[in-house]
Amino acid sequence: MSTALEWNGPGFMREVERRSGTRVSVCFQCHKCSTGCPVGKDMDFLSSQIMRLIHLGAESATLTSRAIWLCASCEACTTRCPMEIDIASVMDTLRMMAVERGVDLTNARGKQFNQAFLDSVRRHGRAFELETLLFYKLKSGTIFADMDKAPQMLAKGKLALLPKRSRSVAQVRQVFKTAAREEKKR
Amino acid sequence: MKYSFFPGCSLESTAWDFNRSTRAVCGALDIELEDIPDWVCCGSTPAHASNASLALALPVVNLQKAELMGAPVMTACASCYSRLRTANHKVRHQPAERERAEKVTGRPYDGGVEVVHLLDVLVNRVGLDAIRKRVRRPLHGLRVASYYGCLLLRPPQIVAFDVPEHPTCMDSILAAAGASPVDWPYKTECCGAGLSITNADVVCRLGHRLLSMARQAGANCLAVACPMCQVNLDLRQADIHKSYGDLPDTPVLYVTQLLGLALGLAPDALGLDALSVSPTLLLRRGEVAPGVGGGATS
Repeated sequence: MSTALEWNGPGFMREVERRSGTRVSVCFQCHKCSTGCPVGKDMDFLSSQIMRLIHLGAESATLTSRAIWLCASCEACTTRCPMEIDIASVMDTLRMMAVERGVDLTNARGKQFNQAFLDSVRRHGRAFELETLLFYKLKSGTIFADMDKAPQMLAKGKLALLPKRSRSVAQVRQVFKTAAREEKKR
Repeated sequence: MKYSFFPGCSLESTAWDFNRSTRAVCGALDIELEDIPDWVCCGSTPAHASNASLALALPVVNLQKAELMGAPVMTACASCYSRLRTANHKVRHQPAERERAEKVTGRPYDGGVEVVHLLDVLVNRVGLDAIRKRVRRPLHGLRVASYYGCLLLRPPQIVAFDVPEHPTCMDSILAAAGASPVDWPYKTECCGAGLSITNADVVCRLGHRLLSMARQAGANCLAVACPMCQVNLDLRQADIHKSYGDLPDTPVLYVTQLLGLALGLAPDALGLDALSVSPTLLLRRGEVAPGVGGGATS
């Protein structure tokens, strides 16, 4: 894929570095991260290319990429980077920045899943899988995907019908509230 | 040997068999588990991909509860293990993160609670000799591919209890239980984890790679220690066969289910009925557990 890109100054890279707590600038494009990435085949940009986009300050190309939502957080890249860049943490940071900036997230089913999961945790103190799945399906319009598995899962007791609430749910809600406030300062 | 146990959300639903078999095996090996009272979700990947403060604070809430119990924390779920260890690492080594954790949770925490994984406990604290002595029904005939996945071993700065690129702890446990671990190259390749719901096609591709490599290496079953690995390879195995052509059905068991069988525990106590790909035939053939499933799951 060829993309015309110009250097847009260091602002974007500095912000990514500050928030992810790792130095993207030291990447010298050895591609070791991309070579071992399990989902590289499905990505529009490989992880090493994402590092390069950040160097160039290509904020829009980076934050709208499909790659940042396909990262499975397996930490292979972080473990193997010869410059000790925490690439998985960079991916987390990019996902947060993409959501905050309201960029086009047509490809970001992960965002909808994360939201459904965390809403469930806030409500019950623990993840309630059935509810998470229902809300995700409604938000993403994938109602019928995997429906064939529901009867089997129910029969095997793998899909609880009621949430198992933690008695610390009030504390959890307070943590969600304070964490949201803290995050705005970053 | 006593631990404060953090089960995590998966062990209450999709991985109830991991929960049951972990408790059964620990009971048989004199490992006492006391659940952390009112534990809350560790936040898992959705938290660390959405809000760094939340991803730090949710594990810390649990560690603060565990601190009052005075014993190290043990987890069985690889993802919970990773989140709890990561939070500890940040609190210990980054003063700003500690400050943030204490501010968001409203309580002090210095990162002092030790967090260990079940496999670490089995290999390094119980020990292989002690396990070998307790084996009642050796798992002869089971050629197992030990599948460690991602989060048990990566990144090594945070979760080091085995070699990150070539781990052997699960292989050693299964060998002690009488099984034959196979050498295979995808021990730590990712199964797609949380992409299971959002990108099932990717997860099927990765699952196919793993299962076909395990078969090529001569395995007739897989052992796992992570609820996501188990679901992606077991529950999705029919989809994988549909998309990529037929491989023989390959049972994917929790390491605790296999070890439990070897210790002579009943299939019911290990939740073997919960598996999608039934291990019944395999286990009967090996005469590991002739009565497994009573025919109901085969």
